[in-house]
Amino acid sequence: MQRAKVLFERSLSALTPFLAVLLALAVGAIMLFALKVDPITAYGALIEGAFGSPFALAQVLVKATPLLLVGLGICIAFRGGVINIGGEGQIIVGALATAAFTLALPQAPAIVLLVGGMLCGMLAGGIWGGIAGALKARFGVNEILTTIMMNAIAAQLANFLLRGPMIDPIEVKNGTMLAQSARLPELSWLPKLVPQTLLHAGAIVAVIMAVVVYILLWRTVLGYRIRAVGLNAEAARFAGIRVPVYQALALLLSGVMAGLAGSVEVLGVSHRMMDGVSGGYGFSGIVAALFGKLHPLGAIPASALFGSLLVGADKMQRAVQVPSALIDALNGLVVLFVVSSDILVRRRAQRRKAAERKS
Amino acid sequence: MNELFTVPVLLGILYSGVRLATPYLYAALGEMFAQRSGVVNLGVDGIMLMGAFAAFFVVSNTGNLLLGVLAAMLVGLLMGLIMSFVSVNLQAEQGISGIGLYLFGLGLSSLLFKKLSVSTRAIEGFPALPIPVLSDLPEIGDVFFKHNILVYIAFALVPVAAFVLNHTTLGLKVRAAGMKPEAADSLGVSVARVRYLCVTFGSMMAGLAGASLSIGLINLFQENMTSGLGFIAVALVYFGGWTPLGVMIGALLFSMVNALQLWVQVKAIPIPSDLAVMLPYILTIAALVLGRRARQPAALSKPFSRGEN
Repeated sequence: MQRAKVLFERSLSALTPFLAVLLALAVGAIMLFALKVDPITAYGALIEGAFGSPFALAQVLVKATPLLLVGLGICIAFRGGVINIGGEGQIIVGALATAAFTLALPQAPAIVLLVGGMLCGMLAGGIWGGIAGALKARFGVNEILTTIMMNAIAAQLANFLLRGPMIDPIEVKNGTMLAQSARLPELSWLPKLVPQTLLHAGAIVAVIMAVVVYILLWRTVLGYRIRAVGLNAEAARFAGIRVPVYQALALLLSGVMAGLAGSVEVLGVSHRMMDGVSGGYGFSGIVAALFGKLHPLGAIPASALFGSLLVGADKMQRAVQVPSALIDALNGLVVLFVVSSDILVRRRAQRRKAAERKS
Repeated sequence: MNELFTVPVLLGILYSGVRLATPYLYAALGEMFAQRSGVVNLGVDGIMLMGAFAAFFVVSNTGNLLLGVLAAMLVGLLMGLIMSFVSVNLQAEQGISGIGLYLFGLGLSSLLFKKLSVSTRAIEGFPALPIPVLSDLPEIGDVFFKHNILVYIAFALVPVAAFVLNHTTLGLKVRAAGMKPEAADSLGVSVARVRYLCVTFGSMMAGLAGASLSIGLINLFQENMTSGLGFIAVALVYFGGWTPLGVMIGALLFSMVNALQLWVQVKAIPIPSDLAVMLPYILTIAALVLGRRARQPAALSKPFSRGEN
């Protein structure tokens, strides 16, 4: 009987993200209706846009890739009880470092460019997240604020580099002065997985990283300690775990993942560093991670789902003139609903425990 | 370099700095009340965007500026109620729910802007209102006393906020709710009600901050026009040590550096202005490191439930 109840609680908790998405879509339908758009037509265009053609399907995976990588970072951070809002900045510095590395070695073999490029991105993202982590560990500075500040600093750094030292010489020659880097050497491009589509090997990298993060969190001492700190910092401290150190590490690793997302975007999609490379993934990765219940493997289908929303929204915008900004609003609602639904699950567990104590 | 540091230019930077501080001030003063009561509202930027849109929409349709301000505050009120409900009743993790509210505001304001075919042309915003006598003072008059009414109100709110917080019963309740909610509760203060009040007030201020941008400063609405200004406002509350005066100093610092950077661009002075823009962010981090965290409300971002469990 008791086990049945626990099982029910578990499945309820696994179902809440789905309910949250359905609820968000329902609210979205009401908003569309109020704007005199037929919600069925709009959502129909959205679904068709995401799944209607092989190209679209491939595009879903292209968008899901950075979402998954950022989401994995969010899993590590949130599991460690720290909040990383700095995904945007970490993506930017990751992308910058990758672009700088590959542009500096135009003659290097592909393997050096790809592996080196991604390591540079991970390093840069790790530094960006690690700064927030170190400041929290050493001085107790709120990591939400530092990650936000580091976002702004990264954006300005990119502005500066892409208009100055890293600007494409062609832009200077033509006098157009568009803020972007030169095209990366072709050998550094991530190989295409399916011809005639934009799907690149970054998707495989992301899935491998999901498994790596799973192993890290559940099969290593480091991961165990990060999760222990996140579950109950007091208890972890009494167990002899140095809480600030593991919080800082969680932020650092979170940054590593977001930095890799930046690398993969540059190496797989844009093939150069330019404005808007972060594309809001720093925030939507949070949504995907929450939807996946902060489980690295759960983040895989979650990022595919939110990737399909992003791709479908483009079609919806073109076909029925519903701005894709709708998806941002829906993402926001999903976050609100998921974090709010926690209390239902918590209360239920509390009631059960209280009942157990009485009997 | 010499071209930059002439008296008229410096006065111009000071003038713009005072002007540009307005949205920071409204948003950060409101957020300060929310945080003093124990709630971090990270959704400020989204609320500002909605407020900016609402104000611009109403003004471009009716031409009535006051109505625009009211619309922005009403939108802020509604979003504040959502944040209050989520953080007080549902006791959700505030850092994450704030991001949810931000994304919601960001998306909805763009959606409405595109779908309601709002004019993309500038409107007639709040006119400059020179204060008699004071505005005639040499130099100082130009810098401080030739702004529009929203600017004056923002700065006037600083002493008002300090007075309410430190010298009224309400202020005492707010501080108690943020410092020791259990103690406040045992003395008959409804922590929930105080937090509802503060979060909702803060959100109304965020809405007003948005209006001060779209119908007071820029007189336009653009998608994501705040570009993270609301997040800075949240940081300014920490920067300013949870005091109105500190918040004002922080707001002025940020806006002055922004104004300086604009001048540098206009004058095409060869210093990397993008690097100059980083300065306030780095300064803020430095201030957070060096700041006296003793002042931080002890129960900040901790949900409170009345000992039922």
